[in-house]
Amino acid sequence: MSRYALRFAALGYLTLLLMVPVAFVFYRAFDHGLGHAWSSVSNGRAVHALELTLLLTVITVVANTIVGIILALALVRGRFRGRGLLNAVVDLPLALSPVVVGLALFLLYGRGGWLGGLAGHGVKVLFAVPGMLLATMFVSLPFVVREVVPVLREIGTEQEQAAETLGARSFQVFRRITLPAIRWAVAYGIVLTTARAIGEFGAVSIVSGRIEGKTETLPIYVQSQYAFDFNTSGAYAASVVLALIAILTVVVLRVLQPKEEVG
Amino acid sequence: MRVIWIALVGIALLAGSATGASQGGSVDLVAYSTPKDAYGKIIQAFQKTQAGNGSSFNQSYGASGDQARAVAAGQPADLVALSLDPDVNMLVGKGLVPKNWAANAHRGIVSDSIVVFVVRDRNPKHIKGWGDLVKPGVQVITPNPFTSGGARWNVMAAYGAERRAGKSDKQAIAYLYKLFKHVPVQPDSARSALAIFSQGKGDVLLTYENEAIYAEKKGVHTEYKTPKATLLIETPVALTKSGLKKPAAKAFYKFLWSSTAQKAFAGQGYRPVVKSVARGYHFYKPAGLFTIGTAKLGLNGWTKVNTRFFRPQKGVMAKIERSLGH
Amino acid sequence: MGGGLARGVATGYLSIVVLLPLAALVWSSRAHGLGAFWHQATDAQAMSALKLTLGLAAVCALVNAVAGTAIAWVLVRDRFPGKGVVDALIDLPFALPTIVAGLTLLALYGPGGPFGFDVAFTWIGIQLALLFVTLPFVVRAVQPVLLELDTDMEQAAASLGASSFAIFRRIVFPNLLPAILSGVGLAFARAVGEFGAVVLISGNIPFKTEVSSVYIFGQIESGNEAGAAAVSVLLLAISLGVLLAIGAIRRWRTRHDRA
Repeated sequence: MSRYALRFAALGYLTLLLMVPVAFVFYRAFDHGLGHAWSSVSNGRAVHALELTLLLTVITVVANTIVGIILALALVRGRFRGRGLLNAVVDLPLALSPVVVGLALFLLYGRGGWLGGLAGHGVKVLFAVPGMLLATMFVSLPFVVREVVPVLREIGTEQEQAAETLGARSFQVFRRITLPAIRWAVAYGIVLTTARAIGEFGAVSIVSGRIEGKTETLPIYVQSQYAFDFNTSGAYAASVVLALIAILTVVVLRVLQPKEEVG
Repeated sequence: MRVIWIALVGIALLAGSATGASQGGSVDLVAYSTPKDAYGKIIQAFQKTQAGNGSSFNQSYGASGDQARAVAAGQPADLVALSLDPDVNMLVGKGLVPKNWAANAHRGIVSDSIVVFVVRDRNPKHIKGWGDLVKPGVQVITPNPFTSGGARWNVMAAYGAERRAGKSDKQAIAYLYKLFKHVPVQPDSARSALAIFSQGKGDVLLTYENEAIYAEKKGVHTEYKTPKATLLIETPVALTKSGLKKPAAKAFYKFLWSSTAQKAFAGQGYRPVVKSVARGYHFYKPAGLFTIGTAKLGLNGWTKVNTRFFRPQKGVMAKIERSLGH
Repeated sequence: MGGGLARGVATGYLSIVVLLPLAALVWSSRAHGLGAFWHQATDAQAMSALKLTLGLAAVCALVNAVAGTAIAWVLVRDRFPGKGVVDALIDLPFALPTIVAGLTLLALYGPGGPFGFDVAFTWIGIQLALLFVTLPFVVRAVQPVLLELDTDMEQAAASLGASSFAIFRRIVFPNLLPAILSGVGLAFARAVGEFGAVVLISGNIPFKTEVSSVYIFGQIESGNEAGAAAVSVLLLAISLGVLLAIGAIRRWRTRHDRA
């Protein structure tokens, strides 16, 4: 009885808050027909934007996953002072509005900034891919850490300690015991990181310089279609592409998940 | 592991292609968003001329303030085309644009527009002049003048119109207080304002004539009324210090006042500044048109106006915004 | 362990990607002295925006704690047709660029929307937008923990006659709490900083419907970068405080449980 009530309540909330808006996005994407939607996402500029988005996402996911696991281990298992502070620092990127993230990066790498001199030596950070990468990594840093930490806490260290007393080396212990135990947490973290990285607009837009055909990601393209070209349905069409990538990530996760573990 | 290497190679390649932008013969144009179509056409036409033959362009479009800040932070720019003088002057202050950037026949202004009222179909509330905006029950939409630099034109148009009607400075400011009490929402940008108005909020939208015309062209129906007294919106273009070193950039700058270029601007709803071209179009001439430099109406140029009205926390507009909450 | 090297890499990464830019921000905010910082940060309009922002973020945290846990539960423990589809959609609020999220929410909950009610330009509209963008946090934080949870104790309790609510309250919930708190912290922090999805439906009337991120943007646009940095740092400090508090609660609970 209460199972149905819970299901109804949860799904009801989701329908109102999530499904309807998402359906709306798909609906508006095809406002002007399939052909128009297709041409909005298949032209050279859009394709370049998609490629750049994917590139930034892949690198960000790889980096934030590796670092995320290390940080999670340090937070749960490590014994050092300031763990609470590290905890909070990891979550901080979320608390900054993208405008502020862009401002901070400008302050650091822009003319007159602490590392502003880099540009003079040919190392382009701002208005080029490296700056956009830093912004993307910044905003999506917390997710793998946050997913893995509760699971690490939950599973405890007995198995690993047992393995160590049996003579396993630490990397072996990590690879064969820790990693499998946290793999779904890592997977969920990757899913969230991917979604966040592909959808990131504000901070990346500010540091990219929005140079057409060169430093435009797909979300920047979306915004330009809406705000500059009055091509709202085109903007929605490009968003559908982003939504499909996010959905694909979860589908891949589900496919990899052995059936016994699915609830 | 292999994935990481592939990714790193990929980034190197893409980074190379993205950063290898300014080779010889390439011009960096950083502009605000509205004239994008026009510049696209102008660049194409320019590349067919002798001076522009073989040149390539990097174009960046965005909100005027954002673009100015990006250039200040180091974004490569040979030409900056922004929506109002203070944005260009900010770059002068940073040493990126020469002080005499406006020293040409057109004072650096490449296109004009005016502040207009976009109204509902058939104007049910009969909005014609600035006095109608503060009638009971009328809701006015204007972007927030702090988040949208371009929205400052709206505020100064209102002020100037009141002064032109014979009101004193104090009375004109009192009008502004009254006006903003009629503003239920202050969207962050002109485009958001148009979107919100189109969705049904408000009775009248204060915006630029070229925005209204361009929106109509792109299928967003906008019916607008031109008040008798309104402000001339003058949008500047400047050659930066780096642009001055590039013959192609200098030639392009001059080209912006050619009839081809001016006609391209007109195609987007702007008013050409070159008289011979303007004659070919029939833009309505408001009887009470004034500019930001019409001293007798208390408008002493953007620098003074910006300080007096739009200084954060101390300016007239900041005080007006504060009063809204109480 | 290669742990030393690993920690070094992680620390270096964290420093370059997060700490350095934040340091530049904090430094710039005190560039005109502590007095000016305080003056900017406590400006009446800034404070009003802060109050609104924190209030909305707190509601977000609460609603997400309940709804997110319920949704995660249904996705892990329940079985119904289309569950996979629903699960795949949870992350979409992240993947959609904020401008699209904002436009969509405005179209749905604003004037002329299909539901017949118009909450745009009120705090309700902003609240809905924030709930939208923070949806995935608690759900995705709780899901993996639920998956790992051993159901033996629950089954034992059930066979002893405990009601499902009691089972949840005494067995399941304590195990989920760290994850819920984790997700709530993320949701709160995100809600505090959100700009793009909120700015369209916000109204931006100072002292009424202006949130901190919009205020900060306005200050930047008007050339008051120091003021913007000051308020940003204040916002950051508050988020930091909340996250530290959550972390402390979590550690206290773990100690309490072990006792």
